[in-house]
Amino acid sequence: MKKVGNHNSNSRKMFLSLAMMLAFSFSSFAQDAAPAAPTEAAPAAATTGGDPVKGKALFNSNCAACHKLDAKSTGPALRGVADKHEKEWLYKWIHNSSDMIKSGDPAAVKLFNENNKSVMTSFPQLSNEDIDNIIAYTSEPKAEPAAALPGAQAGADAAQGSGSNNNVILGVLALVLVVLVVMLFMVNNVLRKVAKANGIEVAPKAQRTPIWKAFVKNQFLVLVSCVFLLLASGYFVYGYLMQVGVDQDYQPIQPIHYSHKIHAGDNEINCKYCHSAARVSKTAGIPSLNVCMNCHKNISEVAETTATPEYSKAFYDAQIQKLYDAVGWDKTTQSYTGKTQPVKWVRIHNLPDFVYFNHSQHVTVGGIECQTCHGPVETYEIQKQFAPLTMGWCVDCHRKTDVKMEGNGYYKKIHEELSKKYGVEKLTEAQMGGLECGKCHY
Amino acid sequence: MKRVYKITLLLGITMLVASCHNDKAPNYQYFPNMYESVGYETYSESKAFANGQEGQLPAKGSINRGFEPYEYENSTAGYELAKANLKSPLDSLDRNSGKGKELYEIYCISCHGASGNGKGKLVEREKFLGVPSYKDREITEGSIFHVETYGLNAMGSHANQLSVHERWLVADYVLKLRSQL
Repeated sequence: MKKVGNHNSNSRKMFLSLAMMLAFSFSSFAQDAAPAAPTEAAPAAATTGGDPVKGKALFNSNCAACHKLDAKSTGPALRGVADKHEKEWLYKWIHNSSDMIKSGDPAAVKLFNENNKSVMTSFPQLSNEDIDNIIAYTSEPKAEPAAALPGAQAGADAAQGSGSNNNVILGVLALVLVVLVVMLFMVNNVLRKVAKANGIEVAPKAQRTPIWKAFVKNQFLVLVSCVFLLLASGYFVYGYLMQVGVDQDYQPIQPIHYSHKIHAGDNEINCKYCHSAARVSKTAGIPSLNVCMNCHKNISEVAETTATPEYSKAFYDAQIQKLYDAVGWDKTTQSYTGKTQPVKWVRIHNLPDFVYFNHSQHVTVGGIECQTCHGPVETYEIQKQFAPLTMGWCVDCHRKTDVKMEGNGYYKKIHEELSKKYGVEKLTEAQMGGLECGKCHY
Repeated sequence: MKRVYKITLLLGITMLVASCHNDKAPNYQYFPNMYESVGYETYSESKAFANGQEGQLPAKGSINRGFEPYEYENSTAGYELAKANLKSPLDSLDRNSGKGKELYEIYCISCHGASGNGKGKLVEREKFLGVPSYKDREITEGSIFHVETYGLNAMGSHANQLSVHERWLVADYVLKLRSQL
């Protein structure tokens, strides 16, 4: 007698438990991330008698424009400033630093010379108690990055939760499917073996004419399937040829990983802050690096909370360092070295040479949102081309979109004339001549 | 067994064909001669210049059309002078056109906030700190224009994003906000 497949075999148990595990694991996935203990920095050593919490608020509103805690900015780093100077001296300095320099206080003159002779704003409105609070804040020990990390990561996980959850669910479903197919196959095998062992004959398949022979004999069917095949392949060939020269979803790797999501999405910086040329010129413009430096002179590293599971803080910081290398900014001395290096951005949106397009015409005159053509850029971690930028796409919008006439002096006259001519109140770009060949091709 | 082999082969070929699609490279073009410009495109590489770039700095000493000289220098003394003497050339039509608000909400709002209280989005998120409320600073239209042009402390120059006229429009709107704080 042959060995029968064991119903309680170890491999089957393992398969079953794996399937069960996968089926139930994803429901608990979301909850894992949530309860992360909020680890707070250790309470500050109360050395100076001030209130560091009030001090932080005062510091952020009064000092942080020029001073950072741990790095030199316009002014020197302020952590542990109480160890460097007497308290009375600090009161005097903060209340009126220029007087101290004029009177020739050696420490004051030295400090002034060390910081490019930039004058510190006087703060007569800060009382001694306020200054004590600020000193208490600056005397706090530096928060351990390890202590802040779990909280930050939990936040990032929660933010990413819905997106990655979907992927996990899909993956698990696919796995379950595969496991089911494998199990079906095995069950079939086992049943065959059982049948064989018990001496039951599985009825052999009757010999029939092979299906392809039957198919060839039926000439009508051959004709129909030929026509179908031709049509189908024609459809696909046409589809393939029509997408030649269309760069929709083109997503090149840029020399600096610039995240539109962080800048335009999370921080809500207006598109036109950086792409200011879009208001006034034909091209939207690649922002020159001095525009980056308007903020990044001050922001030399990203916050812990900016890091995502995909891109770490170290990765983002390296990107800012790339900017500094290109623009020739020395972080430690807070000055330009003069050694610059152009950044070779890869152009994404590129209309063919034979078509004219003007950004200011659409952005300033037409009042169209950037997102209409460029898509939800504020959600893109990596920039890509959203629209196909084909002529059909242009013409489609010119036909369908009503031009914003209200309060737009540019259109006043033409609107009066054309609305009379067409007998309509609302005009599309097509009615204003936006379909004439020579408007864009010349 | 043979059938399994065949199916795997078919799947493999399909995946191979599908993986040819690459978003990181641009697509093929018909007649690229008509697509690619003969002249140098904006920001392109070019062998015509020593540094290999199409974008060049203007020759030294050249000024662009409509250029208006700004005679206050970028220093504390220049700031004080501009604060005391510089006056806006805007007329009442410009001041009431609403353009200043429009520009303010592009270029200033992120740090200075919609009402000018120094609580913009970047300050709220603690990315950029120490932005004062307009009310806490003694400012005139001349000093605002001066700071927009050269920057001050942590604020950078906005002269390449805003024209002279636009900077005056923004300066006017900043004063308007300050009076409402």
